[in-house]
This record gives sequence, structure tokens and C-alpha cells, in this order.
Amino acid sequence: MTTTAPRPAPAGATTTSEKLLEVEAIQKYFPGRRSGIAGQKGNPIRAVDGVSFSLAAGETLGLVGESGCGKSTTGRAVSKLIEPTGGTIRFEGRDLTKLSPRQMRPMRRQMQMIFQDPYSSLNPRHTIGTIVGSPFRIQGEKPKAGVKRTVQDLMARVGLNPEHYNRYPHEFSGGQRQRIGIARALALQPKLIVCDEPVSALDVSVQAQVVNLLEDLQQEFGLAYVFIAHDLSVVRHISDRVAVMYLGKIMEITDRDALYERPMHPYTHALLSAVPIPDPAIESRRERILLTGDLPSPSDPPSGCVFHTRCPKFKNELSDSERDHCRTVEPVLEDKRPGQSVYCHFPQVRSDLIDGAPAAAGAAGESPIRTTRPRVA
Amino acid sequence: MTDTQAPPVRTPESNDEALLRVEDLRVHFPTGDGLVKSVDGLSFSLRRGEILGIVGESGSGKSVTSQAILGLHKGSKARVSGSIWFEGTDLVAASEHEMRAFRGDQMAMIFQDPLSAMHPFFKIGDQIAEAYLVHNKVSKRDARQRTIEMLQKVGIPNAAGRYDDYPHQLSGGMRQRAMIAMALICRPKLLIADEPTTALDVTVQAQILELIKDLRDELDSAVILITHDLGVVAETCDQVVVMYGGQAVEQGSVAELFAQPEMPYTWGLLASMPRMDRVRSTRLMPIPGSPPSLINVPNGCVFNPRCRFSDRVPGRKCFTEHPELSPTTGSASPLAVHEVRCHIPAEERQQILLTEIRPTL
Ligand SMILES: Nc1ncnc2c1ncn2[C@@H]1O[C@H](COP(=O)(O)OP(=O)(O)OP(=O)(O)O)[C@@H](O)[C@H]1O
Ligand SMILES: Nc1ncnc2c1ncn2[C@@H]1O[C@H](COP(=O)(O)OP(=O)(O)OP(=O)(O)O)[C@@H](O)[C@H]1O
Ligand code: SF4
Ligand SMILES: [Mg+2]
Ligand SMILES: [Mg+2]
Repeated sequence: MTTTAPRPAPAGATTTSEKLLEVEAIQKYFPGRRSGIAGQKGNPIRAVDGVSFSLAAGETLGLVGESGCGKSTTGRAVSKLIEPTGGTIRFEGRDLTKLSPRQMRPMRRQMQMIFQDPYSSLNPRHTIGTIVGSPFRIQGEKPKAGVKRTVQDLMARVGLNPEHYNRYPHEFSGGQRQRIGIARALALQPKLIVCDEPVSALDVSVQAQVVNLLEDLQQEFGLAYVFIAHDLSVVRHISDRVAVMYLGKIMEITDRDALYERPMHPYTHALLSAVPIPDPAIESRRERILLTGDLPSPSDPPSGCVFHTRCPKFKNELSDSERDHCRTVEPVLEDKRPGQSVYCHFPQVRSDLIDGAPAAAGAAGESPIRTTRPRVA
Repeated sequence: MTDTQAPPVRTPESNDEALLRVEDLRVHFPTGDGLVKSVDGLSFSLRRGEILGIVGESGSGKSVTSQAILGLHKGSKARVSGSIWFEGTDLVAASEHEMRAFRGDQMAMIFQDPLSAMHPFFKIGDQIAEAYLVHNKVSKRDARQRTIEMLQKVGIPNAAGRYDDYPHQLSGGMRQRAMIAMALICRPKLLIADEPTTALDVTVQAQILELIKDLRDELDSAVILITHDLGVVAETCDQVVVMYGGQAVEQGSVAELFAQPEMPYTWGLLASMPRMDRVRSTRLMPIPGSPPSLINVPNGCVFNPRCRFSDRVPGRKCFTEHPELSPTTGSASPLAVHEVRCHIPAEERQQILLTEIRPTL
């Protein structure tokens, strides 16, 4: 496989230990739809409502959560494909929300996005060569080896046949189109790629190839990824840290292993418990935590904890006064254990969700396993 | 060509007629570079009430096959041959006009790309209601009501409010669910679902699969489920076809195939899956090499350029002779249908599975 395509970013640009990306309390509200009867403008849709995280160069943050919880919107806002309605996004120390479109232009090459929908993001009237080469045109740049050569190298890199340079998107399968999008994102050797479901259209073998490719590129060029996916197995494999979103907010954010082995938020518990594991023996001893009720409307989020209307813990385990607390006071996303931030008044470590092993006392060597029952006013 | 006549004998009590029988299907696209053989000699059949999973390499012809069943290649440059029997009609020979009567009413498809199935300038609710109105004589109001119910069923919150949304206002997963609603609203006899849950999180995925099973149970519909997720296949399907390079390389009942996979490509698939219950700090293990050219299809077995086991077959047969899809002997039950396209002798395949593959999965 040729490895000529992306070159390391020019030295000098190396940032110190500083974060590559710092997202603080970003919001994206969409204008509300007219409500059914009266026809007046409804509440705004709070697609993303106060999301904060940071990312170092070379790091991968997994972003997971129910459909419609705001993952793509977060990704699009972070890469400034849409204007956030609030909050700040610092990229290498510069606040992107303050930049004009003109000032933004040179920043764009540093941050690319791989789109969730490999179909609509590829112009059907352009050849693959044109599509993958488009970032060069947009940035007015001529790669040394020539556009065609560079594009063909990129194509080979993502496992596409470079001879297909002149083909059109409809001549490719779903998975092949996804790789076209990946090749395009890599063209300008960005520092950050927001990957929105980059592998969910791929069969497991190609998926493994693409995941390995993303990891190699990261190693080689210090790329950082925001990796949006609903496949929790892939997320576990590729992420350094993982953020779990629900209704526009982060419910829990922590190191990969902590999230899978010692998740604390009731929503994280439910998510992990729902992943089918292809092993009947393990499957039979696992507990499945079902969420009941509908995902609330993001234009009318519940009071207090936004998760309380569907929280199994709220429903089954809490006392009346504790429930009142969930209903009226919104939790803050804060460290409940070192490095593990949780948006919940009653977080609790569970380590039995994946392999169903009973959480035997003392099994996990460190701090007490069933934690915090905070006093409630 | 012999594998096409495999007798559809399964269990003695259920040898009723197939709803759909695909026989030696070929779909070839002439292109500037040569003839692309996207589907090349595919046969399978499906009875009412059955869910058939199709898994396989990206680009192996899964979507092209389903487009052929729906007659979507008609009027394009594609060359389609073989036959697709649906309730006594050969869809390959049917006119576009006849196909239109089938589509939506008798058979419906959930497309892999939600956006191409939905028009960007129309409200999603109206588009779904329209699909219903074409085949049902009801008032606009009833169609609207039915649409809202369907949107609820597929788990779209605030369905009545979402009726007036345009496709771009929905999240990826909601668009996919809107399309599922559109496919299900006419209660088709045959549903083809092409990656229906790829954009959905695990909780919604479970809900959609449940809905598909409901359709099967309520109407005795048959379902073709194309997916990359082997967990979904294991959980949902009765039969499974594994495709590679435009052909079926292994097929059989789900229980058989998962208990006793015998084709090296299937082994590769199983081995490259990341698993949530394992901490794998090592790299994933994709099948080495790249998918076959569909223009210059390899001689012999299509999988030979990537197969680790071709040296176990004497006389370089893997490189010279195209293996037939033939019944395996490893089945637990004599009635189970399980066919494999591979030259490795059956006993040896089972031995390899036991000693070399199992331990690495
Ligand atoms: N109109 C066309 N012209 C030329 N080649 C085509 C055309 N449509 C599809 N192909 C080719 O046919 C092959 C099979 O495509 P198909 O879409 O069926 O794959 P698939 O199995 O559905 O893959 P995926 O899992 O990635 O969706 C691919 O290699 C594709 O490039
Ligand atoms: N342009 C828009 N106008 C109005 N609402 C929108 C728009 N884009 C997204 N939304 C809404 O914002 C919310 C979050 O959408 P988003 O696409 O970010 O979800 P997601 O987490 O990516 O979901 P999925 O997993 O289904 O892709 C949804 O309720 C969606 O309907
Ligand atoms: S704060 Fe209450 S309702 Fe929210 S997740 Fe925690 S226990 Fe459940
Ligand atoms: Mg999305
Ligand atoms: Mg496909």
C-alpha cells in the first residue's frame, strides 16, 4: 500500500501540551417549528445544549448516544459547518466563534469532517477524482505530486482502486462511498477530523481496515478525532475517552476503560446493557436495562435532570424526596471519581453490565464499588 | 450451473411454495473500464414468514441484488439475467409498468441511503402519506392519521409534530426511521431492508427489528435483511446468505451457520469483528488484501487471492476451478440446509474450524 499521500504537518506548528480543541458550553438551538393548533412559533429546538469537552493532539474522543441526541450537530458546530448559537470553540487557542468566514477559511484545512451520510455528501455529478481533489481547489492549493497523483494515493490509502478515479458516486457501493468521504477528509492533512459514523456503512472486515487506517494516520501525523458512532464495540476499540450524550447534553465523560468497566450514569448503564454480545453464554447472564417512554422533545426538555423521565434508577430505586431532587434540580456534569465526570445526582458504579459477571465484593481492587448516595436536602 | 436447482426441502411440514425464488441472477454493468459483474449467479429462495439475512463484503452485490428484485435496474444500462420468481411472475421479464404495481404494495424497500428515497423539498409526513394513498383508497385525512401512527411505531417522538418536517430537519437516525415508516405503511408481503439500522443506536435498533418481526408475524410477510451486523443476523434472521464478489459463498440456517461456519471468508468476517466484551488493545484483524475486481474476476474461487487456506487444496484447484455451492456434511441435523462454496474437503474444513479458527474468535 502506498503511503505517500499525507505528509506530516510542517514542524514549527507543534503545539505544546496545550489542548488542540477546547469546546466550552456550546449550544445550537434551531428555530422552533410551528405548534400544531395555534400555528404560533414553538420553542427553539435545543439540539445541543451546553456541551463542553477538550481534545489533545493525537487523541480520540468517542461520542455516543441515542439517535437525535445531538451528536452530528455537535460535530458540525465544532467544525464550524454550522454556527453555534452559544459557547466557545477554541482551536489551538483561537476562539473560532469569533472568526469571520474569511478568517475561518485557513482554519478549515485543519479540521475536516467525514459525514454520516455518504450519499448526500457526495455530488452525484462529480467524478471521484474531482470529489477527493476538491479540498485542494477550495483552498487554492497545488500538491507537489500533482492533484491526480495525490488523489490516487489517497484512494489507495483508504482501500479504493485508484483506477476508479473517473467514476461517479452512483457506481460505488455504500461502503466504497464512505471511503471516498474519508479520502477527501484526509486530503489536506488536517489536525482534527470529526468522523460522523465513519464506519457504520462498512462490513466488519472493511470496518476493521478503516479503523486500523484511522489509527495509523493518528500515529503517524498526530491526528485528533471526534469519533461519533453508535457501535459501542468500535468506540471501545478506538477511543481514548468517551462522552455519552442525551438530549443535547453530556451525561458522562471519562476514559474509555472507566466508561466500559465502571460506568456511573444510569443512561450509560442502559446503553451498555443493550448491546448484543455474540456469545449466548455471556448473553444469558446479562441484565438488560430497558428504557421506557419516548425520547423527550428537545424543544421542551424535562425539568431538573433531563433524563429523569426515562431514568430506570429514578423509577425503581429512589425515594420520593430523592425523586423530587431529580425533578427540580438540574445536575452538573462534574467529577464523581477522579477523571470521571457524571451528570447525575445519584451516580453509581456498575461493573456487571458487559459480561454479566456478578459484581463480587472486592472484585475490583480499587475504591468501593457501589458508591455515593448523596444526602438530599 | 448446477447450484440453482438445490431442492428447497427443509423440514417436512413446511415445504410450501417459496414467495420469492431467485435463480441464477446476474446483474452486469457495462462501464468504460469493462463489464462490472456485480451479481454473478446468485440463487436463493424465501418463503412467507421467513427472514433472510444477507451479509458480506462491502461491494459484493447486496444492494444491487435488492434493486434487481424491485426492478430498479429497468431502463438503466444494467444487464439483468436469470429469474426472480415472485408469486408466479418472473420479475426479470416484467415490464416497468408491472413492476410499479408491485412496488410499494406487494413489496417495499428500506433503502440504504435515506436521503435518496426522500425528496428534500417535501414534508416527510406528506411523502409517507403519498406512498399510502397510491395503493389505498382513503381520504387524505385518514392517510395523515395512519402516517402519524406509523411514525410513532418506528419510534419518532412527537410524531404529529414531526409530520411537517423536511428531511434535513431530522437527525440521521430519524430520517432512517421515517423511511422505514414509508416502507411499512403499505404492509408489504415482501420487505427488503437494506441496512435498516446502521444509523440507529442500539436501543432504537432493537425497536426497529421488533417492528420488522411484527410485520412478519402479523402478515406472514417475508423479509430480506441486508446488514453488516452479525449480531443482528443472529438475533433476527432464520436464514442467511454470505456474499462475496457477487456470489453466495455460504448459505444456510442461522443456527447452522453460526454454530458451524465453514467458508474461509465467513471465518474472516467473524474474526474482524470488534467485541464490546473484550478489551482489545491490539489491532483489529481485517481480512488481508482487497476486494476482488468485479471486472476481472479471479479464476477459480473468487476468494482465492485473500484466502489463507488455498494451499490446503491439492493441485491448485482454488486457482483453476470455480467451486460449486454444495451441501456440507458438518450439519448437526440432516435436514438443515447448509451450503458452502469451497474446495477444501468438508472434514478438513471442520477440522480447521475446530483447531485454527475457534480459538482465535
Ligand atoms: N450503476 C453501477 N455501475 C457500475 N457499477 C456499479 C453500479 N452500481 C453498483 N456497482 C458496483 O457493483 C458492486 C456491488 O454494489 P452493491 O451496491 O450491490 O454493493 P453492496 O454489497 O450493497 O455493498 P455495501 O455493503 O457497501 O452497501 C460494487 O462494486 C459497485 O461498485
Ligand atoms: N436543520 C435542523 N433544523 C431543525 N432541527 C434540526 C436540524 N438539524 C438537526 N435538528 C434536530 O436536532 C436534534 C439533534 O440532531 P442530530 O442530527 O445532531 O442528532 P444525532 O445525535 O446525530 O442523531 P443520529 O444518531 O440519529 O444521527 C434532532 O432532534 C434533530 O431533529
Ligand atoms: S439525576 Fe436522577 S434522573 Fe437523572 S440520571 Fe441520575 S438518578 Fe436518573
Ligand atoms: Mg447524526
Ligand atoms: Mg449496499
